Amino acid sequence: MIIPKLAFRNMLGAGAKTWLNAVVLSMAFVAIIWGQGLYIGMDAEVSRAMIEAEYGGGQYWVEGYDPFDPFTIQDAHRPLTGPLRALGEKGQATPFLIVQGTIYPGGRIVPVLLKGIDPGQKLLSIPSSVLKAADNELPALIGARMSATSGLKKGDTVTVRWRDAKGTFDAKDLLIVEVMRTTVQSIDNGQIWLPLQILQEMAGMPSEATIVVTEKNYGPAVLIPGWTFKNLDYLLADIKSVVQAKTIGSSILYSILLFLAMLAIFNTQLLSIWRRRKEIGTMMALGFSRGKVIRLFTLEGALNGVLAALVGAVYGIPLLAYTATHGLGLPADQIDSFGIAISEKLYPTYSGALVIGTTILVFSITTIVSFMPTRKIAKLKPTDALRGKLT
Amino acid sequence: MENSILIKTVDLTKVYPMGGQSITALDSVSLTFRKGEFAGLVGPSGSGKTTLLNILGSLDTPTKGSAEVLGEKVETLSHKKAAALRNRHIGFIFQTFNLLPVYTAYENVEFPLLLLGLPPAARKKAVMDALDWVHLADRAKSRPNQLSGGQCQRVAIARAVVKKPSLVLADEPTANLDAENSHHILHTMEDINRELRSTFIFATHDEKVIGHLRRKIVLVDGKVAKDEVIKAA
Repeated sequence: MIIPKLAFRNMLGAGAKTWLNAVVLSMAFVAIIWGQGLYIGMDAEVSRAMIEAEYGGGQYWVEGYDPFDPFTIQDAHRPLTGPLRALGEKGQATPFLIVQGTIYPGGRIVPVLLKGIDPGQKLLSIPSSVLKAADNELPALIGARMSATSGLKKGDTVTVRWRDAKGTFDAKDLLIVEVMRTTVQSIDNGQIWLPLQILQEMAGMPSEATIVVTEKNYGPAVLIPGWTFKNLDYLLADIKSVVQAKTIGSSILYSILLFLAMLAIFNTQLLSIWRRRKEIGTMMALGFSRGKVIRLFTLEGALNGVLAALVGAVYGIPLLAYTATHGLGLPADQIDSFGIAISEKLYPTYSGALVIGTTILVFSITTIVSFMPTRKIAKLKPTDALRGKLT
Repeated sequence: MENSILIKTVDLTKVYPMGGQSITALDSVSLTFRKGEFAGLVGPSGSGKTTLLNILGSLDTPTKGSAEVLGEKVETLSHKKAAALRNRHIGFIFQTFNLLPVYTAYENVEFPLLLLGLPPAARKKAVMDALDWVHLADRAKSRPNQLSGGQCQRVAIARAVVKKPSLVLADEPTANLDAENSHHILHTMEDINRELRSTFIFATHDEKVIGHLRRKIVLVDGKVAKDEVIKAA
C-alpha cells in the first residue's frame, strides 16, 4: 500500500499542475460520455420515431418492391389474402398502397408518391384519422416538408394525376385536409397520404396493398407467398449506418481532446522525471528499487485519470443529467440536414456500460501514457540520479 | 560484537570511463570499519571520498576488488537486494539535504519506515523520537521550503537514523551550513552515534567536521594516504 499512498501524496503535492491535467483530462472524459450519449440517444430517438411513424414491428413487402427503385412501384401491389388479411382484421397490421402520381400546384409539375392508408389505423403515429372522407371530396394529408416544397397548405385543392392498374391515366382534385409536422422525412417528402380504400378504387387495385406494417413487437414472421418480411434490423440498418458515421465523426473530435490531455500528462511525466531526478536518487538511496520508483511514477500519472474522473463528476454529472432530462435544442432549420428523423430536441442516453467503458478507456490510456516516460528510470543509476543526471 | 567488523574493503578500485579515457576514482582501497565508529574520509575534491561512500552505501559497484558491507558483497548484489540493504541497514545524509519537497518533515522522516512496512503506531513513535533527537518535534508539519538549511539537515539526519541503522553515511553534511548549525548538527550526530551505536562515516574536507571525527582516513587521488585514530571512543 505504500506506493499508492506515496503516489497520492506526490500527486496532491504537485499542486496546480495536477489540477490542470485533471481538468483537461476531465473535459475529454465528459466530452466522450456526452458525445457518445448524444449519439446513443439520437439512435434511440430516430429508431423510436421511425418505428412509431412508419416501421411498426416490421413490414411485409410485395415481392419485387424496392422503395429506392421507382420502376418497381408500378407492379408492386397484391391482394391482401389469408394471414395478412387476418392480421389486419385483428388490428395487428395495417396495409399501405403506393402509387406513383403527379400533382400540379401553381402550374408546376411535381411527381409524388400517393400512399393509401387506413384512416382508422392505430398502429402508426401518422394522423390518418383526418382522412375520413366527406362526400365528393378526396381528402389528402401531407407533411410540412411536402407543404413547403409544393406550396400547398391546409384547405388547398390541387389536381392529382395517376395511372391505374390497367395503364389508364386519370386525374382528380384533392383537398389538403391537414399538414402534419413530423420528424420522419420518409413519410413526408414527396408524399401524399390518401384514404386507402379510395386510392385502391382510383388505381383499380381493390383490396390490394404494397406493404403491410405490423404492430410493434410483432413476430415471428410467417412465410406468405408473394410477400417478403422486412424486420427492424433491415429497415433501420441505413439509419444506424448514418448514426454510426456521425459517431465516428464526433469520435475524431474527442480523440483529439483526449490526445491533448494525454500529451499534457506525458509532458508532465517527462518533466517530472527530469525535474525530480534527484528525488528519484534519494528514494533509491532510502531503499526504493527501480521497479518501485517506476510503479510510483506510473501510478502518480495514472491517478490523474482518477482525479479527472472526480473533477469530471463534479461538473459533468449535473451537466449530463441536465441535457438528459431537458434535451439539447437543435436549430429548427437545420434538423433536416441530418438526413435522419431527429426531433428539435435530442435527449442523450447515458448507460452504465458507456460510463464504465469510457472510464476504463481513459484509465488505461492514462496509465500507458504515464508509464512510457518512466522507462528512463529503469536505466538510471542511483549515483547519477543523486547528482541530478538522467542517463 | 561491540568491535565487530561492519565493513571490509579489499583492493577496492573504481574506474570511470570519460570520453575515450578512463579516470581512476579509487585505487586499491583496503579498509575496515567497526561497529560504532565515527570516522571520516578526508581529502580534496576528486580524491574519491564520495565514490567510496557510494560503494559502501551499495549505490555503486566497484570496477575491481571487493566491498563487504554488513555481510553482503556489494559487487554481487542485485539492484533489488542493494535497495533492500540500504532500506534496512543504511542511512544517508547528503550535502544538499535531499528532502522530498512535497512531504512535511514528519513525512520525510517517516519515508524509510513506510518502506520497512512498520505499523502506523510504531512509525509515529519512531518518527517523533527521531525528530526529538534533532530538536525539531515542533516543526513536524513544516515542509522543507518552510525550514532553514540547518533545520532541513536536521530533518535529513532524523530520516537517516529513524530506523536505527547500523551504518550512517554522510556526504559533506555541513557544506551548506554556517558554523553554528554545523556544530549543532555534528553534536547531534555524535549523540546519536553514542546512543544508537551506529557507525557514522563522513566524506568531508570541512575542518569543523574533521574536528569531531574519532578516525580520519585521508584519501589522495583515490588512494588511502593516511588512516589514523585521532580520538578515543
